[in-house]
Amino acid sequence: MRRSVAYLSCLGFLFLLLISIFIHARVEQGHAASRLNEMTRLVQELELTDLCLFTEARYTRHPTQADLQTPFQDHPMAMEHFPSGSFMKIPEGIGRRGGHEALDQ
Amino acid sequence: MKRWINKQKNIIDFTLSSLLRRKGKNTALFIVYTVLVFLLSSVMFYTHALKKEASIILQSTPDIVVQRTVAGRHDLIPTRYAEEIRKIRGVNDAVPRLWGYYYDPQSRANFTLMVRESHPLAAGDISIGSGISRTLKVFQGDMMTFRTFDGDLLTLQVADILPAESELVSSDLILMSEEDFRFLTGMARDSATDVVVRVRNPKEFKTVAAKIVTMLPDSRPILKDEILRTYDSVFDWRSGMVVLVIFIAVLAFIIFSWDKASGLSAEERMEIGILKAVGWETADVINMKVWEGTAISLTSFLSGVILAYIHVFSTAAPLFAPVLKGWSILYPSFRLTPFINPFQIATLFFLTVVPYTVATIVPSWRAATIDPDLIMRS
Repeated sequence: MRRSVAYLSCLGFLFLLLISIFIHARVEQGHAASRLNEMTRLVQELELTDLCLFTEARYTRHPTQADLQTPFQDHPMAMEHFPSGSFMKIPEGIGRRGGHEALDQ
Repeated sequence: MKRWINKQKNIIDFTLSSLLRRKGKNTALFIVYTVLVFLLSSVMFYTHALKKEASIILQSTPDIVVQRTVAGRHDLIPTRYAEEIRKIRGVNDAVPRLWGYYYDPQSRANFTLMVRESHPLAAGDISIGSGISRTLKVFQGDMMTFRTFDGDLLTLQVADILPAESELVSSDLILMSEEDFRFLTGMARDSATDVVVRVRNPKEFKTVAAKIVTMLPDSRPILKDEILRTYDSVFDWRSGMVVLVIFIAVLAFIIFSWDKASGLSAEERMEIGILKAVGWETADVINMKVWEGTAISLTSFLSGVILAYIHVFSTAAPLFAPVLKGWSILYPSFRLTPFINPFQIATLFFLTVVPYTVATIVPSWRAATIDPDLIMRS
């Protein structure tokens, strides 16, 4: 087989795989509906406000409920010392732009 | 048309032979390129899916949560605040919520304690999240002992385990009766953690919140919209890990492109010179270089994106696990729903493939326009 034919076949196969991830994603979204519904039901029933992603500190477990001094609660210069801080940003309200409503100020 | 296709096939044949002559260098380039695209795509897929899932799940979160702050910190709220809030026009209901944290010194894990208002549990019974059950090996019917605020021991029975499907929101939860919660935490009968407010008209959330602050100046209302926005912003492309990966990837692509754009190796210049001398047109040389750039960048791009998809959505992103688990003992075991869109793929394409291909063509075009005799002599 010519190299060009082998390469173009390989490229075509990769393109097919790329298209198939979209199809797979769509199918999986359908399957996930019951799981998402179960979580939505639990959020409504228990009046939950946050995802349970990082449980090491209260301001990483419940970032939406954290107080406005959150990144400085260990000492005045401390921003955030848990590894999860490398994944999530400081809550908007702490920054200069102030993501919280003016009600909080 | 057939002639054009045959010509392209011949050029591709030649390009692949040329790439195979520098097998070691090009294989290394392909691997590094694929790893970079893989990392960038993994972070993009992961954060996007997490944000999307949060936006769906948290649609049913409370309309307004009212906290009380003392000296800038969240404090317990008197239950009479709920009665005051109920009087505000537009408020459907205001219910005190009882929840808090419990640190278990033996397992060194943090639990979230909560009282279930609807279908209250009987005193002495608890429902626990799957994460607790899995980590502490505690199952339905087992007993769990807690140390109360005044040092007494409180033993409660696990009545049931919350569905594993809901682990993303319930992994560390311990649901208990109000009686047990107050006995464990020492929270007075007239206090609660915060108040959940239900508002009739969503357009009035802000107005109601403003009225609450006026009526109760030490309170801090958190709107549903703020809760949703928090997850949208903490995992956006500017967040810690994402910005770091993007920075590294961009830096690597600058190095790649700089290496390519700063000139061709003597061997590559000689090759172009010979091709021109044997009758190749400048357009043919550029065509060959386009295929060369494509062979490396497009193949790496497609491989990187597909591998990232498998990593994030089929194997639950094991490479990110150490960061996600962090210092926490309890962490949810969940597989994200693959929410991807063509826009993400297009962004990745323009970020990775286009700069490399352009950087490959420009110096080749420069070399291809010089007299072949001059190239071969230099």
